[in-house]
Amino acid sequence: MKVNIEQHQNEKDVFVHVSGEIDAYTAPKLREELLPLTEGNNKVITVNLKEVSYMDSTGLGVFVGMFKQLTKNEGELKLVELSDRLKRLFTITGLSHIMNISDNAEDVGR
Amino acid sequence: MKNVMDYIEMKIPAKPEYVGVIRLTISGIASNMGYTYEQIEDIKIAVSEACTNAVQHAYPEGENGEVTVGFSIYEDKLETMVTDNGQSFNFKQTKEELGPYTESTTVDQLSEGGLGLYLIETLMDEVTVSNTSGVSVFMVKYLSEERENHDKATSDHETN
Repeated sequence: MKVNIEQHQNEKDVFVHVSGEIDAYTAPKLREELLPLTEGNNKVITVNLKEVSYMDSTGLGVFVGMFKQLTKNEGELKLVELSDRLKRLFTITGLSHIMNISDNAEDVGR
Repeated sequence: MKNVMDYIEMKIPAKPEYVGVIRLTISGIASNMGYTYEQIEDIKIAVSEACTNAVQHAYPEGENGEVTVGFSIYEDKLETMVTDNGQSFNFKQTKEELGPYTESTTVDQLSEGGLGLYLIETLMDEVTVSNTSGVSVFMVKYLSEERENHDKATSDHETN
């Protein structure tokens, strides 16, 4: 059970690809790697979750943390290629009303 | 009333790396019982949330504890009990502070934690939490469609 994180970035856009399981064990690692990316103003971070096979509230907490930090710095967080399962998690918690989530990849690599 | 058919109990160290082990176990049990893919995924999240709560809140840092997980397998339902003997918390108060978030929730009001218990209550059919000594989360998921009160109508049901 593990999580893998790959990222690349240009001037102000960051693209992150997360794969694996996000739970109580792996969420701290994810937070540790992703939260520093939110530093600086007007950052746009796109996180692709296509290959996340499992996620629970610990994962939601990581993305809420990023979202709050980016919003504070006038940046943006986009979560893309969510599976139906992941989308459901954001929907039932009400986070889909607040955060930018998408089930397709329109923003990736642009 | 139907009798319990089988009972399985596991004890894990109160460490986050073992939550995934419980998830694998419950996935196998639920799959054997004939739950749909969607139901199995819901059960996995609910049981993981209960284990995460126990692992993260029951024992102060550096103190070794255990979390006990019991699975009661019935013909028509699966009961899961997650229990620790650590600190209990005020369930009613905690519950009142929980999600879901609405469109009027401000960014400042978003919390990075606290959605776990809400998810357990949403994804399972019956949930009871007792906090007399430590915390026990007892949850039930029914197999038959008519007993379910959530949006399972779209999932294909296996024929017996």
